[in-house]
Amino acid sequence: MSNTDFALAVEDLTVSFDGFKAIDALTLYIDKNELRVIIGPNGAGKTTLLDLICGKTRASGGSIKFKNTELTQMAEHKRVRLGIGRKFQTPSIYENLSVFQNLEVSYPKGRSVFGALAFKCTDEVRAKVQVVAEEISLSDKLDTEAGLLSHGQKQWLEIGMLLMQEPELLMLDEPIAGMSARERELTAELLKRICANRAVIVIEHDMDFVKQIAHKVTVMHQGKILAEGSMDKVQNDPKVIDVYLGH
Amino acid sequence: MNMFLNGLKRSGLGPLLLLTILLAVVLPLSLDIFRLNLVGKYLTYAFVAVGLVMVWGYGGVLSLGQGVFFGLGGYAMAMFLKLEASDPITTKIQSTPGIPDFMDWNQITELPAFWLPFKSLPLTLILVIAVPTLLAWIISYAMFKRRVGGVYFAIITQAVSLIVTVLIIGQQGYTGGVNGMTDLKTVLGWDTRTDSAKYILYFVCVALLIASILLCRWVQKSKCGTLLLAMRDKEDRVRFSGYDVADFKIFTFCLAAALSGIGGALFALQVGFMSPSFVGIVPSIEMVIYAAVGGRLSLVGAVYGALLVNAGKTLFSESFPDLWLFLMAALFIGVTMAFPMGLAGLVESHIKPWWVRKQSERRLNAEKLAAAHASYPERPGSKLPPGVSGQQA
Repeated sequence: MSNTDFALAVEDLTVSFDGFKAIDALTLYIDKNELRVIIGPNGAGKTTLLDLICGKTRASGGSIKFKNTELTQMAEHKRVRLGIGRKFQTPSIYENLSVFQNLEVSYPKGRSVFGALAFKCTDEVRAKVQVVAEEISLSDKLDTEAGLLSHGQKQWLEIGMLLMQEPELLMLDEPIAGMSARERELTAELLKRICANRAVIVIEHDMDFVKQIAHKVTVMHQGKILAEGSMDKVQNDPKVIDVYLGH
Repeated sequence: MNMFLNGLKRSGLGPLLLLTILLAVVLPLSLDIFRLNLVGKYLTYAFVAVGLVMVWGYGGVLSLGQGVFFGLGGYAMAMFLKLEASDPITTKIQSTPGIPDFMDWNQITELPAFWLPFKSLPLTLILVIAVPTLLAWIISYAMFKRRVGGVYFAIITQAVSLIVTVLIIGQQGYTGGVNGMTDLKTVLGWDTRTDSAKYILYFVCVALLIASILLCRWVQKSKCGTLLLAMRDKEDRVRFSGYDVADFKIFTFCLAAALSGIGGALFALQVGFMSPSFVGIVPSIEMVIYAAVGGRLSLVGAVYGALLVNAGKTLFSESFPDLWLFLMAALFIGVTMAFPMGLAGLVESHIKPWWVRKQSERRLNAEKLAAAHASYPERPGSKLPPGVSGQQA
C-alpha cells in the first residue's frame, strides 16, 4: 500500500472469527488533528476495529498504517510507544493504586524492567501529573484510591492516563457511558480540548454527544463502512436511517 | 529516641527490625546450637518464601516449582563441597581416587565436564545464582511471551519440578541419585560441622536473608513494583500503556529463582547434604504454604511463615510421630480457612487495630489522670503547677 499524509490509514482490513467476518475489507483514513466518531448498531465491528488498530486482535488481512508505519505485525506495546493510546469500554484503571500512582505509572519513561527499577518520580513527572489531573478535573483527588472514584471519574482517569503518554492517535471506546449530564458536558469540552494536536477516534452511541464533538462521522454496519461524512449528511442518509437511526 | 521511632514508622521498616532482632539476638541467645542450626535450616526455606511473595503475591503468578531453583542452588553448592571432600587421599580405596564416592560406585572413572567449574569457590558462588536464574529465564520466557499464565503456568512449573527430580534420581552416577550428596565437610579447609562454624553460617544466613528482603522491598517501592501491582489488577491496561508485560513477569520469576538458589546453597552448607527430596513437587508446594501462612503480600510475614510451619513440623513429628502429618494438614487448612491473607493479614486486621485502641485508651487515661490532678491543686507537698504533674502521668 502507498504512503499517505493521513495520521492513520486503514486499507482493505479484514478479520474473520471462524469464518465470520467481523471486519470486512474496510478502508478508513483519519486526518491529523481530526476528531472522528464511529457509530453503528451493536455488532457492527466498531470495538473490533479499535482492537485491530491497537493490536488486541490480529488482522487476517489488509493493512493498518500509522504515520506510514505498518502496524499489523507489531507487538501491542510497540504500537503504544509509536503514539497510539486506547481507552477501553469499561473503565480500565488500577483500582488499588492512588490517582497519582495511576497517572505516574502511565508516564512514558522507564518502560523497560531496568528502566522501571531506576525510575525516579522527578519534579518533571509531578508537574506533568498535575497538568493532566487538572485537565481531567481530578487535581483534588490525587491521593484518593482510584477504586473509590465515581464511574465518570474513572472514565476521566483512564483518559488522563492516556494523556500522560502524549499519544498522536487517541482511541476512546464509549467514553461517556454511565456519565451524568453534567459529566457528559465536561467530557465533551475535554475531548474538544485534547484533539488539538492529535487524531482522536471516538466510538459513541449518544447522538447528541456525537453532534457536539464530531468533525466527521463514520457509520459502520456488519463490518463495513455504510456512510461517512459530516453529521448532517450522515443523519439524512437513507441507508443510515434504515439500519441504525430508525425512521 | 522518639525521632528514631517516628522515622521507623514512616519508613515501614519496623517489622523488619523486629525480625532482625529476633533472628540475630533473641534466638541465638535462647537456643542451643542444635536448635539454632535447625532454625538456620528453616531460614533457608524463607528465601524461597520471600521469592514467592514477589512472584505470587506481587506478580500474581503462582509457581509450584520453586523447589527446583532451591535444589539447583543447593546442588551447585553441594557439588563444590563434595569435590573438596573427595580429595585423592581420603578416597584412595576407590578404584578411581579423587572423584566423588557415588561416581566410583557407578563405574565412572573420570570427573564429568560439567563438574569442573565446581572446583572453584568463586565460580560456584556465581553458579549458585546463575544456574537457577537461567533455568527460570528459559521457562518464563517461553511461557510469558506466549501469554501462558495462571493455572497453566502452575501446572508447567509442577511438571518441571517432576522432570528435574526424575533426572537427578535417574542420573545416579552424575548426581548421587536418590541419596543425594552426603558427607559434605569443609569449605576451603574450614570445617563446617563444628559448633563455631554453625554459628557463623547461621549469622551469614540471617544477614543474607535480611539483605534479600531489603532488595525485594526496593523492587516493590520502585516503579517496577507499582507496575506489578497494576498488572495483577488490569494486565491489558499495562500492556496498552506501552509496557511489555512479559518482561516484568520474567524479571520477577528470575528474581525469585535467584533467591531460592541462595537459600538452597545455604541449606547445603548448614545441613551438610543435598538430595532430590528438596526438589520435587511436595517440597515445592510446601514452600508455597510457607508464603501462604506468612501472608503472601508480606516479605517479613513469609519468614515467619517458614519458621512457624517448619517449627510445627519438627515439634509435631517429635511429639506425635503417628499423627504429625494430620496435625500439619490441620494447620494448613486452618490457616487458609481462617486467615486467607496469612499471619501478616491477621496482624493488619486484629493486632494493629487493638494496638491503636490500646494507645488511645492510654492517652485517654493520662488525660483523665491529668484532670484528676488538676482538680486537687493543693495537694500537700506538691509545689508543681497542676498541669505539669498531670503531664508526667
